[in-house]
Amino acid sequence: MSNFSGNGYLDMELLRFTTAGSVDDGKSTLIGRLLYDSKSIFEDQYEAIRLTSERRGEEHVNLALLTDGLRAEREQGITIDVAYRYFATPKRKFIIADTPGHVQYTRNMVTGASTANLAIILADARKGVVEQTKRHAFIASLLGIPHMVLCINKMDLVDYDQSVFEKIKKDFQAFASKLNIPDLQFIPISALMGDNVVEKSEKMSWYGGPSLMYLLETIHIGSDLNMVDGRFPVQLVIRPHHNDHHDYRGYAGRIAGGVFRPGDKIMVLPSGFTSKIKAIQGAQGEIQEAFAPMSVSMQVEDELDISRGDMIVRVNNVPRVSQDMDIMLCWMNCNKLVPGGKYTIRHTTSEARCVVKKIHYKIDVNTLHRIQDDPDVGMNDIARISIRTTRPLFFDKYQLNRITGSVILIDESTHDTVGAGMIL
Amino acid sequence: MPSYNLNHLRELEAESIFVIREVVAQFEKPVLMFSGGKDSIVMLHMAVKAFRPARLPFPLLHIDTGHNFPETLRFRDNLVEHLKAKLVVGSVQDSIDKGRVQEEKGVNASRNILQTVTLLDTIEACGFDAAMGGGRRDEEKARAKERFFSHRDEFGQWDPRNQRPELWNLFNGKKLQGEHFRVFPLSNWTEMDVWQYILMENIEMPSLYFAHHREWVNRKGVLLAKSDYIKLQEGENWEKLRIRFRTIGDMSCTGAALSNASCVEEIIDEVAAARQTERGSRADDKRSETSMEDRKKDGYF
Repeated sequence: MSNFSGNGYLDMELLRFTTAGSVDDGKSTLIGRLLYDSKSIFEDQYEAIRLTSERRGEEHVNLALLTDGLRAEREQGITIDVAYRYFATPKRKFIIADTPGHVQYTRNMVTGASTANLAIILADARKGVVEQTKRHAFIASLLGIPHMVLCINKMDLVDYDQSVFEKIKKDFQAFASKLNIPDLQFIPISALMGDNVVEKSEKMSWYGGPSLMYLLETIHIGSDLNMVDGRFPVQLVIRPHHNDHHDYRGYAGRIAGGVFRPGDKIMVLPSGFTSKIKAIQGAQGEIQEAFAPMSVSMQVEDELDISRGDMIVRVNNVPRVSQDMDIMLCWMNCNKLVPGGKYTIRHTTSEARCVVKKIHYKIDVNTLHRIQDDPDVGMNDIARISIRTTRPLFFDKYQLNRITGSVILIDESTHDTVGAGMIL
Repeated sequence: MPSYNLNHLRELEAESIFVIREVVAQFEKPVLMFSGGKDSIVMLHMAVKAFRPARLPFPLLHIDTGHNFPETLRFRDNLVEHLKAKLVVGSVQDSIDKGRVQEEKGVNASRNILQTVTLLDTIEACGFDAAMGGGRRDEEKARAKERFFSHRDEFGQWDPRNQRPELWNLFNGKKLQGEHFRVFPLSNWTEMDVWQYILMENIEMPSLYFAHHREWVNRKGVLLAKSDYIKLQEGENWEKLRIRFRTIGDMSCTGAALSNASCVEEIIDEVAAARQTERGSRADDKRSETSMEDRKKDGYF
């Protein structure tokens, strides 16, 4: 009877992607078109931004106003924070983390990229691969986004010329060989005219690939999470105090990697005790298989002392256990990183203190060059550092698992989140 | 070969349950704000899942404007009894009687803004350090910038320009004495997701969401239900056609929509075809372009 309540609609995949770009590269136009063509912009929203655009004397309806929601943003015509946007097609539901291209760019893009499956990077066909294109690509690869799409935009302004597209593609490939990008695609588009955005363009018959929307709807994301290494950080312990469940102990948390089943032999870190999984409660009751990113609650056969911050893993596949680690750090605070300074560190569900042992180098995000002779790590800097924690943490390399391989640093007096780290 | 994929609703659910559990792990005295609207009903449904077979480890908080739909209150009380949950009610009428706030005057007087004071007073009086709300980022442009864990200073204010970065699933709920957090487990849900989830999980909903006959008045495009709190102006008439509510708030400012949708499936079709946002019928959002941001900065939901 109903299209939207049918099984297909209740059973879509979720794709999270980031867009990055500055004011004039057509990013807002592209997002506006994706939202508009998927009917995700409502009449009252459109009417509100039309009136605002008109009042400001702008020639066209300014779709950037859809994402720039705060008063200061609208007044100054800038984006100051990550904005999240939502749309769905009959095939998938999408979450866009839209990050600004200028002010505090790195901090916001790192934030938006941390949970994304895919990054859309825009290049202007007239300008080719510029510093900003490289910067975007570097950060996306640093944050381990599995899929990257370079959209070569404004093809209408270069007469839809194939050689322009091929040249930019080649230039970017040369640069990208230095980065870790598992899946890289190129699409020639005109966000303004709609070429290759939702429908394939008739003006670029030389292009044999998919439209951007088709790519977003079909790209394989089933392998984006680590389904090999079983990792279950314990969030809290469920202990019902009523009599029906007197001895019940449920270890609740979200699977960070791999697959767990009742009967599996498991080890608890840091104690090293082993046991077997007795039962797993999922969102729909008892289940026979739990995998990332499910939120579940596990019961184990033996009575063990397990609490928040512990990690349940498989006996034959344990993460690194250490007090020392090297991380690639993105600094996010106006107070600089203090060499030798102490911070609170949060990793999965555990928390410790750490001391900054060494700052190895900073990275120039525009050239990827290492800066060895400047130890000052300030807002938006990216640096490789060594830290030592007060007690051992159980972790993987970020490249193997984005959940067990990431940390944040918290200032001990202000409680601000000041740094984000990817474990090397 | 099994496929290890969660569909979008299960993935959103897993994320929300993680956030709700994180609140209980990180805070000493959390509370779940329950308005009787669909978002808070879905949030509560997942909170129950997050801790079963144990009972809810936190109370529910309802800010009662005194202008509630009677259906909402009945629904709330039944659910609280069924879950054996604890309910705290913050009363706007009390705040008015104590002189903490003054009733608005004029045709469009509403207690919407007054709720903020009652909410902050209740949070302070009960010592709550984290209040979970059903706010979603797709609802309104200021909310699109909201964090899952949203820091509030000692005056309960939100500083949107100076929010803590929030990465991966590492939530930082650390705070100074007197500060608190608002937490939004449904941040990534859309109106459509909420209804699809209600259908998938077969969650009972208040009758107000379904089409029914009721008297109402059309005030500048907002259909307001007949009640003691709405006085007819010149040229206005009570009308009676089938309507339903897309959001449920205070009777003085929650607009209805003409509708024949009598079951969840039909509501989903209606949402899919809708050309107006759900808050398009909220008179409280229409006061100015940034009225949501302004209210949120002061400590609104």
